[in-house]
Amino acid sequence: MRRLQTFFHESHSATPHPTMFSRSLVTRQLLRQTARPATTRLSAPPSLLLRRLLSDQTRQAIDKAVGSAPVVLFMKGTPETPQCGFSRASIQILGMQGVDPDKFAAFNVLEDPELRQGIKEYSDWPTIPQLYIDKEFVGGCDIIVSMHQSGELAKLLDEKRVLLKEEQQAAAAADGKEQ
Amino acid sequence: MFRRAAVSLARAAPRRPLSTMATESQSQTPVEDTIRQKITAALQPTTFEIYNDSHLHAHHKAMEGSTSRETHFRLVITSSAFRSKMQPARHRLIYSLLKDEMAKEGGIHALQLRTMTPEEEEKRKQAEATA
Repeated sequence: MRRLQTFFHESHSATPHPTMFSRSLVTRQLLRQTARPATTRLSAPPSLLLRRLLSDQTRQAIDKAVGSAPVVLFMKGTPETPQCGFSRASIQILGMQGVDPDKFAAFNVLEDPELRQGIKEYSDWPTIPQLYIDKEFVGGCDIIVSMHQSGELAKLLDEKRVLLKEEQQAAAAADGKEQ
Repeated sequence: MFRRAAVSLARAAPRRPLSTMATESQSQTPVEDTIRQKITAALQPTTFEIYNDSHLHAHHKAMEGSTSRETHFRLVITSSAFRSKMQPARHRLIYSLLKDEMAKEGGIHALQLRTMTPEEEEKRKQAEATA
């Protein structure tokens, strides 16, 4: 089961923490990701100019975040408590699609100003949320919604093999009902 | 010409034509004016609707302390400039046109975009008609 990965300090690698939750309802799994306390920040470069450019450090950190799972969402808030309607909509859609939580990672940009600014420059995209699938930028909320409605998203997620198998989805649904 | 957006009740003032210079009278909606002008000039859209959704988000935590009434917009744009561009590329095109407005303090906070080519718009209309 996936958990929300907090953006990491430059000297550590983003190793996933062991999860605490049992497999249950898919949406609930995606939603029930709790954030690790934001203990670390990327170190801020001294000059204002440097701070505005995407530093190598930041770029590498984001590279790692983008590659940390097949499906990665940069959002405001956590999957369980989104802090923005557009982020919430995106998480809900991914849950509805049946994305395997083990193949999913969410990053809360509100926890880390370096990430919040860095991801915009990295993706050349000015808004949050941002969805990456297999390290490729897919889009923001509008695009996620539109692809969901057109069936494109289901097709893409299926091709990338990141969906829970039907039996798992059914089992998850059953678990959810019993709880 | 272009179909105009449904205007909120608050903005009952008559619109100035694009040709009028801004020095005459202060517009109540400078951001919207800029959006209209820049998108129209760059994309020559056949459909262009601007919805100001700022009032829907004014009470949100992220908007605390903001005095602007032009923070959240929804744009519906049909243009042949979108042909052969996938959605991310279309959105990037619009973002780059409105880069300054989005970058500045108290500027555009959120932009919802629906982008269509004339063909896609036609298809959508047909789908809606038969639905």
